[in-house]
Amino acid sequence: MSALPLRPPRRRTLSQRDARTGIALMSPTLIIVLAVVVVPLLWSVLIAFQQLKLLEIGTANPFRSLTLANFERVFASGRLWVSLGTTLVYTAGSVLLSIGIGLLAAMAVRRPFRGRNFVRAAFLLPYVAPVVAVTFVWRTMLNPQFGIVNEVGQSTFGWADPIPFLSEAQRTVEFLGAQFPIPTALLTAIAFEGWRYFPFAFLFLMARLEALSAESEEAALVDGASPLQTFRYIILPQLMPVIALLAVLRTIWTFNEFDDIFLLTGGAAGTGVASVRVYEFLTVQRNVGAAAAQSLVLAVVLVLMLAVYLFLMRRRGERL
Amino acid sequence: MSAPTTPGTQTSTAPAPRPPEVQRVRGSRRHEIERRSLRILRWVVIIGLLIVTLLPFYYMVLLSLRPIEALLRNPSSLIIPPAEFTLSSYQQVLASTAAGGQGFGRFIANSALVAVSAVIISLIVAVPGAYAIARLPFFGHRQVNALFLAAYLFPAIVMAIPLFVLFTRVGLRGSLVGLILVYIAQTVPVAIYMLRNYLDTVPVAVEEAGLVDGLTRIGVLRRISLPLVMPSIMATGLFIFMIAWNEFLFALLFLVERRESWTVSLGLSQLSGSAEIPTTVLMAGSVVLTLPILILFFSTERLLTGGLTAGAEKG
Repeated sequence: MSALPLRPPRRRTLSQRDARTGIALMSPTLIIVLAVVVVPLLWSVLIAFQQLKLLEIGTANPFRSLTLANFERVFASGRLWVSLGTTLVYTAGSVLLSIGIGLLAAMAVRRPFRGRNFVRAAFLLPYVAPVVAVTFVWRTMLNPQFGIVNEVGQSTFGWADPIPFLSEAQRTVEFLGAQFPIPTALLTAIAFEGWRYFPFAFLFLMARLEALSAESEEAALVDGASPLQTFRYIILPQLMPVIALLAVLRTIWTFNEFDDIFLLTGGAAGTGVASVRVYEFLTVQRNVGAAAAQSLVLAVVLVLMLAVYLFLMRRRGERL
Repeated sequence: MSAPTTPGTQTSTAPAPRPPEVQRVRGSRRHEIERRSLRILRWVVIIGLLIVTLLPFYYMVLLSLRPIEALLRNPSSLIIPPAEFTLSSYQQVLASTAAGGQGFGRFIANSALVAVSAVIISLIVAVPGAYAIARLPFFGHRQVNALFLAAYLFPAIVMAIPLFVLFTRVGLRGSLVGLILVYIAQTVPVAIYMLRNYLDTVPVAVEEAGLVDGLTRIGVLRRISLPLVMPSIMATGLFIFMIAWNEFLFALLFLVERRESWTVSLGLSQLSGSAEIPTTVLMAGSVVLTLPILILFFSTERLLTGGLTAGAEKG
């Protein structure tokens, strides 16, 4: 891990020549980010207030009249709230699961052992592998006809029927005599997210654990704290800032996640998160205005979360 | 809490007062139980997670090496009998459509072209930018930095609609050039963030020595700082390559109508919906898609993870 020496953000001798060079070196990046990120975003806001069909996008005047029709369409029919609710459950479940597994994994490989490097590398696999490939493998493994999960489930665990993990919206599970409805496909998608993103939490937590000083733990040991108490009162509090940061980052990204859900279920079977709805507005209904309006709703939620993130960074004393 | 004395310094001072004997015994028994169960639990976690992370990849390779008939006959087998071993899935997936294959050879060439171009251009743009942010006090420094962070965190789906419209209007949709442009914009902010962390590790004094010796800022960057962080620049480049190679959404939006321009990710996702192509052939496609990334990642793992988590150690 490269440790960064903290240096003051401004040099004592604030040379004007440096400032000019700085702007010159900076400008290509700035131009690209402005041209391909900022300007399109602003344009997207404009489109959200215009009637724009997919067929018209090559010819339409960018400054045509404004209307609220897209937002009426997005907010009408209650599907927005259903999809936002689904997104919320999906996000909360995925973030909790990925950070939870990441923490377990980081604690488990904390002390050196033979093969530690191999285990570390293996734990990173789900995160670095291409999303299209891993979703395809999951779909094949969970396939009701020849997938290995259902095959083993039926032959070894005595399932009566194969479970259509990715195409069933809901099933009732009997547990202790009571019946619980559970959203099968959504839970499978959450499990996938936990699997795919725990390495991200694992990496950050491991980096933090390596940097912890041994002194406070030794002191706790001398004072008679048990291993679990040491974890609860000494280690966990020191990990909390990183966990908070991870939670915010993962929430921002999962809330807007499109690839994973789209490739796993296509947004069917009760997994229609908000980002899939943007895609549907664009390609199925061919209504660019409504798609932009829906993505604007997502962007507003995102900006709120970004504000929280920046606030946390500032509180940690991070240089922006 | 009194600080514990370390074993080496504990010489003439009187031993610290110990807690009552009863408590110590109870405490130590509880400790022993906890310690033992944690030792077991630790290996349960490690082995469980190893199975969960490795099995899908093993399954991917396994299916790509078995004929489809064998898979349907015996779906739960986790080994390949030597008689079943075949490379025909790879032949089929890589061969061009004219030769009766799936044309993944073409897709690989497209993916490689897009990813390598994105790496080269992103680095050319981001290295000077990162240097400016790391070292040079220009006006609006903080704002520019915040803008890049926001651009890095902004998700693709929000950017997708306006870029779709924009690129259709300028006629770049459906071309690999348009895709490269989007990937550059997506990777430059990450690259700047990583490179800044690396450039921060170059001692200021070394650079100042160069300035005193009459080099310009650009000269310092070229002759002193860049050679020092060269391995890190390579790592950043590989990271950009991974992002571009793995990307799916923009490839889908921009190229879906033109099969000859598909990337490997797009090709696999489009073909995996069709019933005619055997799963084993597509598994070979998955291996082809995954392997380059894994090789690249694990050859540079230490550098990459260090750059990404550089902020985390500070807590």
